Amino acid sequence: MTVDVKEDLIVTTGALPAAIVASGIVKTYKQGDEVIHALRGVDLTVEQGEFLAITGASGSGKSTLLHILGGLDRPDGGEVLLEGRRISELSDEDLSIVRRRRLGFVLQFFNLLPTLSAVENAAFPLMLDGKSDAIDLARASLDSVGLGGRAEHRPGHLSGGEQQRVALARALVTQPAVVLADEPTGNLDSLTGEDILKLLRRTADAGQTIVMVTHDARSASYADRVVRLVDGLVVDQDNGA
Amino acid sequence: MSVPYVLLGLLEDSPRHGYELKRDYDSLFAQSKQVKFGQIYATLGRLERDGLIDLAGEERGQGPDRKRYAITGEGVTDLEQWLSEPEPAEPNLQSVLFTKVVLALFSDRPAQPYLEAQRAEHLKRMRELTRIKEEGRLAAALASDYALFHLEADLRWMELASARLTRLEKEVKR
Repeated sequence: MTVDVKEDLIVTTGALPAAIVASGIVKTYKQGDEVIHALRGVDLTVEQGEFLAITGASGSGKSTLLHILGGLDRPDGGEVLLEGRRISELSDEDLSIVRRRRLGFVLQFFNLLPTLSAVENAAFPLMLDGKSDAIDLARASLDSVGLGGRAEHRPGHLSGGEQQRVALARALVTQPAVVLADEPTGNLDSLTGEDILKLLRRTADAGQTIVMVTHDARSASYADRVVRLVDGLVVDQDNGA
Repeated sequence: MSVPYVLLGLLEDSPRHGYELKRDYDSLFAQSKQVKFGQIYATLGRLERDGLIDLAGEERGQGPDRKRYAITGEGVTDLEQWLSEPEPAEPNLQSVLFTKVVLALFSDRPAQPYLEAQRAEHLKRMRELTRIKEEGRLAAALASDYALFHLEADLRWMELASARLTRLEKEVKR
């Protein structure tokens, strides 16, 4: 086994590993004859407990970056460490287990299963792992996003904001290392969107690490730190200090 | 300048001393910057001279704080007119940002670093305002939202300006 410099460093310092360390991330697409450089060598560290926003215009590569951080897509170059563990080298099977247990996803279009109730949706990642207390934990998670009273409703009987709360409860139910949110308010009106952002802020204040992609500066201002991508590169990092 | 009208509005509610006016002004309107006593007293002096307010009572003692003021009929008319009249739809910050960008290019300086710095400043302020919204009362939250929407508009403009600097440079140096 080769010695990994970064893992070495973590051991010697004895500090908590960063939630995510991405280094030299490169991603290229082919569109017909044209080669599109979505990411051109992105370095990014997300500390434990940090709420980071990634902004940029459409086509800046921000969603591609989030997908790579979340193991939904593999980079052409560079590597991603999740809690000090290299995910770029995992098999597809191991990667899907890491995704399910250590990451929570909140997406623009909620992605709930229409035939399941709110609490079943929230319990889904735990049920896949055969946890017997899945429903109880999901109920607690729904309570934490203020949706305990709607646990038996199906998504079709919930408003957009409520559906996004269910998605957040589902993301949090496994107590993941990181919640990854891709334009979580993109499909909501501004007042409902703000409720979701406040909920994310409160979740972060309780210690949850969050990475959120958004094109919207007002949404980004809920985060502790904002990075901006332009043409596949991080062009400025604004730290909250 | 809205300070005189704020004072008129407070005095319409009830006669007040200068220090009460400052206290109430700050609690209602000063989200980031408090009004100075000097400005309160100077404004009261002008309003009294123009017949928009009257002395409602003077107590014994020294200093300006012994005076209590009340609004006059003329003051109410003035206040009502100001409250119902739309402001000229002028851009506020934009003119300064625009001037800096154009002047930088005109004088052979790069404008991009300035825009980056300004963007960071805006984002920082937006985070502060968002925090105020979390903690504050509804009036403070709405005042923050007002600022947030304006700063967001500035950011969009900066994005656009960044993308067009090369063309703009050619044009201003022609």
